[in-house]
Amino acid sequence: MPIEEYKVDGFFDEMMEAEGGCRSHYKQFDNLIKKTSKKKLGQLQFSADKAQMAMGMTFNVYHDNQGIEKILHLDIIPRIIPNAEWTILEAGLKQRIHALNLFLQDIYNDQKILKDKVVPKDLILNSKDYLKPCIGLTPPKGIWCHITGTDLVKDKDGKYYILEDNLRCPSGVSYMLESREIIKRAYPKLFNDLGVRPVSDYPTKLLNMLQFLSDKPKPKIGVLTPGIHNSAYFEHSYLAQQMGAELVVGYDLIVQKKHVYMQTTHGLEVIDVLYRRLDDTFIDPLAFNPHSLLGVPGLYEAYKAGNIAMANAPGTGVADDKAVYAYVPRIIKYYLDEEPILNNVPTYLCREEDDRKYVLENIDQLVVKETNAAGGYGMLIGPKADKAEHEKFRTLIKSNPTNYIAQPTLSLSTVPTLIDDKIEPRHVDLRPYILYGENIEVIPGALTRVALTKGSLVVNSSQGGGSKDTWVLYK
Amino acid sequence: MLSRVANSIYWLGRYTERAENYARFIDVNFNLMLDLPSDLKEQWQPLIHATGDYDIYIAKYGFKFDRKTVIFFLAFDEDNPNSVFKSISNARENARVIRENLSKETWEKLNETYHFVKDGRDKKIWKSEDPRAFFENVKSGILLLYGLADSTVARTEGWYFRQLGQYLERADKTSRILDVKYHILLPSPEEVGSPMDFLHWMALLKSVTAFNTYRRIYGNIDPSGVMEFLVLNKYFPRSVFFCLKEAEKCLYKISGSDGQGYKNSAEKAMGELRSKLEFADVHDIINVGLHEYLDELQIKINKISNEIDSNFFQIKNNFIAQTQVQE
Repeated sequence: MPIEEYKVDGFFDEMMEAEGGCRSHYKQFDNLIKKTSKKKLGQLQFSADKAQMAMGMTFNVYHDNQGIEKILHLDIIPRIIPNAEWTILEAGLKQRIHALNLFLQDIYNDQKILKDKVVPKDLILNSKDYLKPCIGLTPPKGIWCHITGTDLVKDKDGKYYILEDNLRCPSGVSYMLESREIIKRAYPKLFNDLGVRPVSDYPTKLLNMLQFLSDKPKPKIGVLTPGIHNSAYFEHSYLAQQMGAELVVGYDLIVQKKHVYMQTTHGLEVIDVLYRRLDDTFIDPLAFNPHSLLGVPGLYEAYKAGNIAMANAPGTGVADDKAVYAYVPRIIKYYLDEEPILNNVPTYLCREEDDRKYVLENIDQLVVKETNAAGGYGMLIGPKADKAEHEKFRTLIKSNPTNYIAQPTLSLSTVPTLIDDKIEPRHVDLRPYILYGENIEVIPGALTRVALTKGSLVVNSSQGGGSKDTWVLYK
Repeated sequence: MLSRVANSIYWLGRYTERAENYARFIDVNFNLMLDLPSDLKEQWQPLIHATGDYDIYIAKYGFKFDRKTVIFFLAFDEDNPNSVFKSISNARENARVIRENLSKETWEKLNETYHFVKDGRDKKIWKSEDPRAFFENVKSGILLLYGLADSTVARTEGWYFRQLGQYLERADKTSRILDVKYHILLPSPEEVGSPMDFLHWMALLKSVTAFNTYRRIYGNIDPSGVMEFLVLNKYFPRSVFFCLKEAEKCLYKISGSDGQGYKNSAEKAMGELRSKLEFADVHDIINVGLHEYLDELQIKINKISNEIDSNFFQIKNNFIAQTQVQE
C-alpha cells in the first residue's frame, strides 16, 4: 500500500512526523501496512463492515430520514498511543474526575466554592442542570460521577486538551469493545508483537463498580434504558448482556414504600442498583420532569431513602456545562491544591463583558458553542462559516450571552485513514472512559472518533463521523 | 424474569415459527400445483383460507388469487401482519428488545435471516419462475437458529417461554397446513381416493418433513392415517398433540409445578386441550369433520395464548401504583 504518498498537512499527525518519518510507536504497523496490498486492505475493511452488520452494532440517528438503523463506520487503521503519553493522560483524568466529584458534593451541600467566589454563584444556582431536589444529597459512597467519557483533542503542539467532561451518561463504550473484537481479527499477529493493552474487561469493571455501590453481598443490578428507539439502545443492551444484568425500561419497575421492584413473571423482585442511561430529569416524573413517560414514579424518593443506588447520580449535568468547564482548572486547584495535569482549551465566556466583546469581534476565528447542547448541534465553526452565519451567531450571543461560550479553533491531530482505496489523514478526537468506584480507574483504550470528510473537524457520529480502534501500548 | 422480557421471548418463539411455517405453506402449495394436470388452473386461494388471512387479502387485492400475488402476500407483504417478512421482522424486533437475554450466536443468525428475507423482497423473488430455493433457505436459516439456540441457550425461564411460543405456534400451523388439503378442490367428487388425491396427501406430508416417518409407521397413504399422524401422533415433533404436550411441559417448568393438575389458568386450559387429544382417535376427528375439528383446535390454542398473557405478561402501571401508595 503506497503509504509513501501520505502527506501530513501541517497538522499534528499521530503516525507521521512533519518531516515524513514514521513515529516509533507506529513503526511495526508501518512495516505491515507497506507489505499489505490495496486489495487486502479493501477486504479487511469489507469484513469489518460485515461483522458490524451481523453484530447489529447500529445506532439510530435523529433528523435523518434514511431509516433508523445505521452503522458507525469503523476504519481499520488503528490509532496507537504509546504508554508514556497514556500515563500522563491517565493521571490527568483521575485528577480531574476526583476534583469534579468533590465539586458536585460541595455545590449540592456546603457550597464552599461558591461562598469563596471561586466559581460564580449564579452560574451554578441558575443553571437548569442544577437540580433542586438534589440539594443536601450525598449519594451512596459519596460518588456522583461513576462513569465518565471525557472528550480530548490534540492540537498542533502535540498536546492533549480537554474538550468536554461528559459526566451525564456518556455513550460509545460498546463501540470501543466491539471494534476491538473486529480489529483483532484484522491484525492478529501485530497485537501480540506491539503489546496492546486489553479493554475487554470493561464490563467486569463496570459490574464491580456497580456492585460496590450497594451494601448487599449480591445486589441485583439493572441497566435502565429509555428503550429501543434511543440512539444508544444497542449499547444499553450490550452492556446489560456483558454484565449479566437486567435491562429494564421505566415501566418494568414499580416503587412501593420507597423500595424499587421489577415486575417479573413471578411477581415483584427487588432491584438494588441502577445504571441509568436516561437523562437525570427523566428518571422520575414525580421528582423532576413531570412529563417524562420513560422514568419510574417514586424512584427518586427511594434513592434518597438509600434503598437503591444509581450511576451516575442525578444532578451531575451541572458540572459538565460548557460554561462551568472554563472553571475546571480553578476547581482542581481549589479542592486538590494541585496544578491541572491536562489543559483546558482557552474558553471565552460570553456572559462576561470583556470575553463577549472579544468573541463578537473575532467570531470568524472562533468556535462558538451553546453551553448545554450536545452532539455537535448548535455550534458555529467561525473559520468555516460565511458572513451570514457569523452575523446570525452574533445576534444569538447578544440576545442570550450566558448561553454561549467560544474557543479558538483547535487544529485536531490527524490519523491515517482508509478512504476508498487511499490512505489519507483525517482529524480525530479521543474519548477515554473513567470508572469511579472503590478507586478511580481509566480504561486503557478509548473511542477515537474520526471526521471522514476531508478537512472536517466535526467527528460526531450524528454528523457523519466514524470511529477507530484505539491501541494503548504496554510500552 | 421480567414480564416484558418473557413476553418478547414468547413472541420471538411464535414469530420465528410462523415465518418458517409460512415458508412451508408456500412450498406445499407450489408442490401440489406442480402435480396438477396441465388443463387445471393453479389453486392459490385455499392457502389464503387456511392461513386465516382471507379478509386482509381481499381487502387489498380483491378476489384475484394468482400465484405471484399470493406469494407476495404471504411472503413479503408488509400489510399482512403474518407474512414471512413481517414475522421475521417482528421476531427480530422482539429479539432486539431482549438481546441481552439471547446468546450472541442466535441473535446474529436471526439478524442474518432477516437481512436475507429483506434482500429477497428487494430482488422481487415472488416474480421468479421457481422461488422454492428461496423459501428453502428461509426454512434452513430458521432451523439453524433452533439448532444454535439448542446448543447455546441455558435452560432457564427464558428458554421455556420461547419454546412455549414456538410449540403453540407450530400446533396452530400444523393444523392449518392440514386444512390446506380441505380447501383444495379436486376436479370432481369422484376424484376422492384417486391417484391425484394421494399425490396431494403426499405433498402435504412432505411439506412438514413427515413423509418418511409416516411411511414407516403407516405404510399406505390414506387420509385418515395422515390426519391421525399430524394431529394425534405422540412422537412426531410437528403433530398437534406433540406440540401441545411440549408446550405444557414448558408451562410446568415455568411455574415450577410437578406436572400434577394445574397451578394457573394457562396450565388448566393447556391440560384440557392436551388431554382431549391424548384420549382422542381419528374417528373423533372424522365424526366432527376435519375442517371443523381443526377450527376448534385453533380457537382453543388462541385461548391458551390469552391465558399465558394474563398470567405472565401483564404489568401494572407504575404511576397509578405509586400515587395509590402515596394516598
